[in-house]
Amino acid sequence: MKKTNFTPTPEARSPILEAWQMFRQNYAAMAGLIILSLIVLGAIFGPYLYPGQPFEMVWAPFSRPGVDGFILGTDYLGRDLLAQIIHGSRVTLIIGLSAAVVTVLIGVSIGALAGFYRGAIEEALMRFTEFFQVLPTLLFSMVIVALFGASLPMITLAIGLVSWTAVARITRSEFLRIRELEYVMASRASGASSMKLMFKVMLPNALPPIIVQSALMVGSAILFEAGLSFLGLTDPNVTSWGQIIGSNRQYILESSFTVTIPGLAIFITVLAISLVGDGLNDALNPKLRQR
Amino acid sequence: MAIFRVLATRLVYATALLLAVLVLNFTLIHLAPGDVADTIAQSMGGADAEILAQIRADYGLDQPFLLQLGAYMSRVLQFDLGYSYFYAMPVTDLILQRLPATLLLVFTAQFLAMIIGVVLGVISARRPNGAMSHFVTFFALFGYSAPVFWTGILLLIGFSLKIQWFPVAGMRDVTVIGGVWTHFWDVLRHLVLPVVTLSSIFIALYSRLSRATMMETLSSDYVRTAKSKGLSQYSVVYKHALKNALSPVITLAGLQFSAVVSGAVLVETVFAWPGLGTLAFQSIIARDTPTILGILFFSALMVIIGNLLTDFALRLVDPRIRGKQ
Repeated sequence: MKKTNFTPTPEARSPILEAWQMFRQNYAAMAGLIILSLIVLGAIFGPYLYPGQPFEMVWAPFSRPGVDGFILGTDYLGRDLLAQIIHGSRVTLIIGLSAAVVTVLIGVSIGALAGFYRGAIEEALMRFTEFFQVLPTLLFSMVIVALFGASLPMITLAIGLVSWTAVARITRSEFLRIRELEYVMASRASGASSMKLMFKVMLPNALPPIIVQSALMVGSAILFEAGLSFLGLTDPNVTSWGQIIGSNRQYILESSFTVTIPGLAIFITVLAISLVGDGLNDALNPKLRQR
Repeated sequence: MAIFRVLATRLVYATALLLAVLVLNFTLIHLAPGDVADTIAQSMGGADAEILAQIRADYGLDQPFLLQLGAYMSRVLQFDLGYSYFYAMPVTDLILQRLPATLLLVFTAQFLAMIIGVVLGVISARRPNGAMSHFVTFFALFGYSAPVFWTGILLLIGFSLKIQWFPVAGMRDVTVIGGVWTHFWDVLRHLVLPVVTLSSIFIALYSRLSRATMMETLSSDYVRTAKSKGLSQYSVVYKHALKNALSPVITLAGLQFSAVVSGAVLVETVFAWPGLGTLAFQSIIARDTPTILGILFFSALMVIIGNLLTDFALRLVDPRIRGKQ
């Protein structure tokens, strides 16, 4: 990791500004942020700017990229691959984001309760968390999606249900650290309710590692969705990147670009998210900032 | 002996976890929309109401939920996981047939990932700004971000289709005739690409963590003392520092077991590896509930055993936690 020379300027006092200044000096993280912004912009505006439709047959199958006027070629049914990638980016990003939200909601609630109340409640909640760590994540969500229907909300829920344990562990350990701090004792002594203590007093201080973890969660949720749809466990009425790979997989002997290109899209997106997550970690982690 | 007491509590706890997994899975499948009797009837080519009722009675599907759950649990405790509708054979036999392939894949990948990850981490920690260190950082990012099935397909295209070094699919070549060693060699050749694919994610994780902990350890006081005593570089790094840097990696590896099993499902699908992953995939598509339940049970068992092994590895490496519960 590169050393960043950070000197606090007098006008940058707010912690968010401070973190942003730290983040801005991290080239890898900034590159990730720019790539990610481009992908998000592409997902929002791409379908309006590019005329191709993802489910429409437009040409002979397996036309190589650029040969017949299709920038990324056509898939095994002669559909425009670029159109599929553009439309697929929406589903991929939406599922990644919303699954990360589900993950954080479950993880933070359980971790906060465990770290706040201690004793029997903590014991029970941590046993519950360990139980979910033992479940083989992909198999379990495959079963949920296959049995309860492959709709986007169900896929999101299935991913969220199996991925929250890391967030819960992090939140709990942060709460265990924070609950002993003087300012928490002070507001406890002045009669703050448990709810207020947990979510208004303690949670803001526990946020930095949670934010980093949630950023990385978006990336792993995208990989997770890709895995599920690669296996065919996806809504057949929508295109996602993993689903393009899954449906073209049998034909890699004839042409491999229909598989490698959408995979590259997933890879670049998740890579950008990981770079941003690493940058956030450096910018928000107070231990590193003191160095 | 403290170690036996620890072992006993662990075993009791693991059994409780497994039972909880069983209850959850069974409940989940029971809650799912759709009728199992319908699925069975479908595989017979359809049936009228009378035969449907007969099927329900045969499989105990007309019983109340709690009775069904109780019956299932007591059968599982006798190592009977039921009868597969789809494969028309006992689920236990079916799984035991496929289990060795998955165990081979999962444990080889995990073992390889730990060794390579730690070695890469140590090398790059010794020269944090060297070329090797940058390579490890880059490789770690790749391993994090690439979908494992895509990595597998890339390796398949590269090393089985373009350069034909390794077989495309499966675990054995049926045309291979010969002694034990010929077959061993054959399985090994089939194993290379799936193991490399699966371990790539975890090499990334372990190398990054061991790089970080090793850098911390190398700057600690006791390492400086060892150096100033005049111990050789090798002895300081690999005998003194490594032992301490190893325990976080082992802890992480334990937490990753369920991810390894998940990754194995995808890798097995890509390489048509005849393990539990491909069986899971087929039985989920066929809605073969006894098989699905059996696989969920066995994979949880695998994760729990992996965790127990990790725990013991940790105790071997780190004397500080040997006495603790």
